[in-house]
Amino acid sequence: MAASLRCFLRSGKRAVLVAVRRGIHSSSPAAVQVTVRDALNQAMDEELERDERVFLLGEEVAQYDGAYKVSRGLWKKYGDKRIIDTPISEMGFTGIAVGAAMAGLRPICEFMTFNFSMQAIDQVINSAAKTYYMSAGLQAVPIVFRGPNGSSAGVAAQHSQCFAAWYAHCPGLKVVSPWNSEDARGLLKAAIRDDNPVVFLENELMYGVPFEVSDESLSKDFTIPIGKAKVERQGSHITLVSHSRFVGHCLDAAAVLAKEGVDCEVINLRTIRPLDVECIEGSVMKTNHLVTVEGGWPQFGVGAEICARIMEGPAFNFLDAPVTRVTGVDIPMPYAKILEENSIPQVKDIIFSVKKTLNV
Amino acid sequence: MKTMLAIISNALCRITGRSAVSGSTLVRRFRTDPVHKCDVHRLEAGPPVRAELTREQGLQYYRTMQTVRRMELKADQLYKQKIIRGFCHLYDGQEACAAGIEAAINPSDHLITAYRAHGYTFTRGVSVREILAELTGRRGGVAKGKGGSMHMYAPHFYGGNGIVGAQVPLGAGIALACQYQGNNQICVTLYGDGAANQGQLFESFNMAALWKLPCVFICENNKYGMGTSVERASASADYYKRGDFIPGLRVDGMDVLCVREAAKFAADHCRAGKGPIIMELQTYRYHGHSMSDPGVSYRTREEIQEVRSKSDPISLLKERLLSNNMASVEELKEMDIQIRKEVEEAAQFATSDPEPPLEELCNHIFSNDPPLEVRGTNPWSKLKSIS
Repeated sequence: MAASLRCFLRSGKRAVLVAVRRGIHSSSPAAVQVTVRDALNQAMDEELERDERVFLLGEEVAQYDGAYKVSRGLWKKYGDKRIIDTPISEMGFTGIAVGAAMAGLRPICEFMTFNFSMQAIDQVINSAAKTYYMSAGLQAVPIVFRGPNGSSAGVAAQHSQCFAAWYAHCPGLKVVSPWNSEDARGLLKAAIRDDNPVVFLENELMYGVPFEVSDESLSKDFTIPIGKAKVERQGSHITLVSHSRFVGHCLDAAAVLAKEGVDCEVINLRTIRPLDVECIEGSVMKTNHLVTVEGGWPQFGVGAEICARIMEGPAFNFLDAPVTRVTGVDIPMPYAKILEENSIPQVKDIIFSVKKTLNV
Repeated sequence: MKTMLAIISNALCRITGRSAVSGSTLVRRFRTDPVHKCDVHRLEAGPPVRAELTREQGLQYYRTMQTVRRMELKADQLYKQKIIRGFCHLYDGQEACAAGIEAAINPSDHLITAYRAHGYTFTRGVSVREILAELTGRRGGVAKGKGGSMHMYAPHFYGGNGIVGAQVPLGAGIALACQYQGNNQICVTLYGDGAANQGQLFESFNMAALWKLPCVFICENNKYGMGTSVERASASADYYKRGDFIPGLRVDGMDVLCVREAAKFAADHCRAGKGPIIMELQTYRYHGHSMSDPGVSYRTREEIQEVRSKSDPISLLKERLLSNNMASVEELKEMDIQIRKEVEEAAQFATSDPEPPLEELCNHIFSNDPPLEVRGTNPWSKLKSIS
């Protein structure tokens, strides 16, 4: 049983498609398990097949199958023209990708991690994000910048930064941060089909995590709209808003809190920019309490922005307590395991913050 | 007898390229003229040392360069009147580069340059009217007044880029798209002697050579990166060699024919699938770096005057045309008057056209998207943005 399950998971897409084609339906709507990695891989595969202008470039994406194996099998299938290994030249290859987008192609530019995107950030912001505006609509830049973002495990300060706030600050960019496999699949397909620069923030620790995905999401044209959050868990006492890996932490905290009679609503942002404020406001107007949870640093971050937006909108008058932000600790990421664990929000931190906000 | 002479005369005309024009003035139809030999790097041979020039071409190049010259001088005037604001980097002195390159490539080829872009914006097809109106920030500008001097665009012309050197990887990427699409087009990617020291150039050179991208990298060496002379900025000022493994040409950038021949040579090299090539155009700008730089603190007035009197690109072409009897003084003068008039009318438009409407402030954030709401300066200000 275990062996066949392992085999099933390893054969990935083929098995999934076979299952769908044979019309194997179970009684529950979500029958299939797919890891985030495979979801990303399948999304790219389908989009490469669908539109010949789409291509992938980055370090180790081709012959190495991807530094984190996200692009496994793609070079074998599509070859050198569509899957391009670059030298270690972020500023150069990012500019090349942006130029290619300007001249009619639809590149996917992979950063091995978003930490390295800092070397190329001028191309992302000044060449990609601003161009449609500066040209008054003459020059579009249909490009996706993707790669793992935020903290991993034991990779220390220079390899652990979260760039959600940095990129979400800039008009002209869309910034997307999927949590589970369905998010990853639908949002990546939407990002590739979008005619604008999209920053696609993945999470290395989530790549290997399997999730059940609906049959509907396996359709080749399944996309998730950019700019819409999802309520992952309905609740009435307090709203938890998060993105990426910490959505899972929020759901875990909600499960523990439910046993103590605290009913949490958990919102998965899915998109950082544009932020789905209406979804958050609607929830806060119901629960009267809000906690934001993110892995990035507190100052000028995603939670800070949510606080400001709530204050400027109708939901402010429904708050029974100030908004609480749960964030990464305001320090460069340390290496030692005990220090690293205590540098990012844990489930117990979320539980503690919820109780403090509710004054229970 | 008369018919016989006419037949012989016509035959002689065809052989020598002379054509009989009204009256007694004979004007040559074409000529092959000598041009300076280019220094080469990693090339067995350079471009031809003789350039063919027809009368039509000569007049066209003259018109192009004179239009750019008058347009830039008009921009200078408008800037001093504070009708143009912000950055304004003028191209006068360098006209032969833009005119020569455009003469060598096809409209379907691609071109990208840095911020000293008005000349290329014109040669790539944008009218003087739309350029000046963009400089004055009016709705009739090529970018509707939203881009300004450094951000003008046209089909197959990618600006106008403000960040020094950033346009070079972009150009290599455009060349990659040409190769990918198999359309036999090339990308001409321009940068200055200042940008030549940017790291991202060398990253672009490496990838362009590795992947044999059809990219002509062109360094417009006008001897100064802002206020810093090439001797003070570059350990090696042989910019045509800086591509190392990429072949290079050093070209007299004040001679439009020399530029054209070299650019043709370079374009052929790329189209033959041989990969990228570098051209260094030795040229000069009369103005300072921008309108806020008088341009005389780091170079002498004598130097500027010497270039004007000995190497002005428009004068050089004019001399060629006149001494080879390919045009008359009167017709060139007539053309000058015509061009001045055109530029004056364009300036009139640029000063009288209204500024863009405030309702369009937030438009063009995203392409092909439904309308969205944009926060104004305060929470009650909700502005609309359409694609």
